Amino acid sequence: MNKLNIPRINETMYHEKLDNGLDVFLYPKPEVEKTFAIFSTKYGSIDQTFTPIGENDKVTVPDGIAHFLEHKMFEKEDGDVFQQFSERGASANAFTSFTQTAYLFSSTTDEEKNVETLLDFVQDPYFTEQTVEKEKGIIEQEIKMYDDQADWRLFFGTIGSLYEKHPVRIDIAGTVDSIYDITHEDLYTCYETFYHPSNMSLFVIGNFEVESMSELIRQNQNNKSFDKPNGIDRFYGDEKDEVYKSLEKIYMPVTTPKCMVAVKEKADQLNKDKLLKNDLVRDMILDLYFSKSGSYYEELYQNGLVIDKLRLELYLEESFGFTAIGGSTTKPEQFGETVKEMLLSIKNEPIDEKEFERAKKKKYGELIREYNELEGTANTIIHYHHLGIDYGNVFKILEEVTIDDVNEIINEWISEERISICMVLPEGEK
Amino acid sequence: MPKLKHTQHEQNGYNLHLIETKKFKTNTVALKFARPLERENITSRALLPFVLQKGTHNYPSEKELRLKLDDLYGAKFSINSGKKGENHVITIVLDFPNENFIPDANQLMKQALEFLYEVAVNPKVENNAFDSNIVNKEKETLSNKIKSIVDEKMQFANMRLIDEMCKDEKYSIHAHGYLEDMDQISAETLYKTYKDMIEEDALDIFFVGDINPNEVKPVIEDVLKFDRQSTTKVVQSEPKKPNEVKNITEKQKIQQAKLHLGYRTGITFRDPDYRNLQLFNGIFGGFPHSKLFLNVREKHSLAYYAASRIESNKGLMLVFSGIAPDKYDQARDIIIEQHEDIKKGNVSEEELDQTKKAVTHQLKETIDRAGGMVEFFYQQVIAGQFTDIEETFKQIDEATKDDVVRVANQIELDTVYFLTAEDGGDTNE
Repeated sequence: MNKLNIPRINETMYHEKLDNGLDVFLYPKPEVEKTFAIFSTKYGSIDQTFTPIGENDKVTVPDGIAHFLEHKMFEKEDGDVFQQFSERGASANAFTSFTQTAYLFSSTTDEEKNVETLLDFVQDPYFTEQTVEKEKGIIEQEIKMYDDQADWRLFFGTIGSLYEKHPVRIDIAGTVDSIYDITHEDLYTCYETFYHPSNMSLFVIGNFEVESMSELIRQNQNNKSFDKPNGIDRFYGDEKDEVYKSLEKIYMPVTTPKCMVAVKEKADQLNKDKLLKNDLVRDMILDLYFSKSGSYYEELYQNGLVIDKLRLELYLEESFGFTAIGGSTTKPEQFGETVKEMLLSIKNEPIDEKEFERAKKKKYGELIREYNELEGTANTIIHYHHLGIDYGNVFKILEEVTIDDVNEIINEWISEERISICMVLPEGEK
Repeated sequence: MPKLKHTQHEQNGYNLHLIETKKFKTNTVALKFARPLERENITSRALLPFVLQKGTHNYPSEKELRLKLDDLYGAKFSINSGKKGENHVITIVLDFPNENFIPDANQLMKQALEFLYEVAVNPKVENNAFDSNIVNKEKETLSNKIKSIVDEKMQFANMRLIDEMCKDEKYSIHAHGYLEDMDQISAETLYKTYKDMIEEDALDIFFVGDINPNEVKPVIEDVLKFDRQSTTKVVQSEPKKPNEVKNITEKQKIQQAKLHLGYRTGITFRDPDYRNLQLFNGIFGGFPHSKLFLNVREKHSLAYYAASRIESNKGLMLVFSGIAPDKYDQARDIIIEQHEDIKKGNVSEEELDQTKKAVTHQLKETIDRAGGMVEFFYQQVIAGQFTDIEETFKQIDEATKDDVVRVANQIELDTVYFLTAEDGGDTNE
């Protein structure tokens, strides 16, 4: 195990890459009650077109399959895995994002047994025609729940306007039609390709013994055999830098309209060597202008263009990235145009030293706060690890950012042909 | 090995709770103002958190106030309000980094406390009134938020269930206020509501962090110089029995219908049966191993979610699920059947054992979060009942199946609320 010091907060975690390729992170925190563990594969909703393991031709699987697979991992021939965690009072869960599928639990007793169960159930798929059919009704209700949520529709409407070909534009859960096309054979194809240990990470954080936990994980993995990993070919389509549509309107039965303005990233800004710095700087800039202490937020609020606060989203991944600013508004058209102008003007007014230092100070405090939460700490470190980035450098990168870096980054970041506006409007206004 | 230590100190008109723990990298301070719910002042009290965040005497705009927070290393600040049983609670909370992790801390804790005190006692006021521009603007914001509730279907259905179920009880008062009250609220009347709160509400102050109480307490006393004589007492809810089951169906343009059921438990936090009720809820619908999840979702594929939770200061249990509009009868029958099943004693040793562990785990998770610790102790303040946490774990561990079945037989269905699609969703009423 390699010992990794976490600067500024004086804590230590451990990392090891096992023989089968699995990355293991152990972060002991004896002062807390619980242990949180997350077993994550670098496989999300965007990984729809790929070359299956051991084959030569690429395939495209139905929308929503990574999420469907996540649901079905919990069901085994002898029953439901939730039950095994429940027997020890642990709570288990899972989620699927654009770029990962993760299985997790938190427990306050038997953390070693729970880690073993976590590894075992994710590494032992059981899909049959019958169990797959049974799940369709449940996921159909999950999709319909999201269809009634204006914020969700706005978010995916925005992404759909930014991206023309990249599968990030597709809803993570798929559609009611697409999930009915999914078969148990499809699930096995995806599973075999993407759930190889070399494509996965395990992160355990909380109240446990490092030595015995590490031994248990090593033993558990040594007892299983896996094929040699041979890399995964994934295809995301040929996406241009400009937005697909600069304006999108969604009509649904809502009382209060919503609007979101987004900036699509140029592909060359997602290079892993500068991604973390790009991420920090974008976050600081968004904060300087659009948080409650931001000058643009104040202007929007005083002019009655936004109700309460703004929703700020920032996604930087290997194959796509965007920044979005959204809110509930009684004047969606004006909100859209104004925020777009504001974004474009950021480029023309370089920020001053004082503002920059303030943003840095705030960001520093926020990074410290992130370590309050076990889940957040584990998720963030894994997220960057999947991108090939060591998050341990974050304080150093923040401290080294200069105002010139920031102004240079802004210059590359925002440009009119990469901005789109999406609105959710009441049906009557159609 | 205790991982937190809670001490309580009576101060000039407030209770100070110091919670020592090494779990966090930040300190959290929460001020909680409480008084019984009243229809007359609820909209004003709901509006206060909005207005108080928009400026103080020394930080006269929201921007200046937020700039100060940035300066405190991105301290996290919020004011909110809500119901706790039949009381209304306004919470001011600030979370700021522990000085140990800041290179040039410069009395960060003292500065943070001064900020909190400023927000609470030194708002932007002139001639016994708030700034009327701010008040008008915030009335508009609150009105817009009230109007938007109908867009959040789960929240809307829950509100409508309580409206119908607790019609003649204070508990049905909307904590977010009412549109029809807005015209009567002025900068002067709102200031009066504020004075009532700051002078008379029951006040509890919580400080959570890696602190030495002997060092921190004098600083708090020095900065938070509240001079008040609170006479306000929070109220306990009276248990009520349902007459006959009310069925309410409403229609909107939605894809997924919401089926919410309201039960009367008659058991509140201070009741000796409270832990047994928690176990009942866990067996019935609180967890993924519960009867509701296993039957409504896993066995019949009717819903993505189907769960229950207890309102521990009011003596209610609420069930909520999202289903296809045409599955009303089937889903309702299955839900009711799960309760009947427990009443008849159909609870396995395994179910009971799992639920004990799950409830214990949940409680331990709660006290792993600073906000959770505050709520854990504040719950006891509101109930006027103090139980040691180890004692609580013991009570959970010692409960028997008979305890759970006895509680199940006390719980009665009061109201079935169904929010369904305009086209379809035929129900037999």
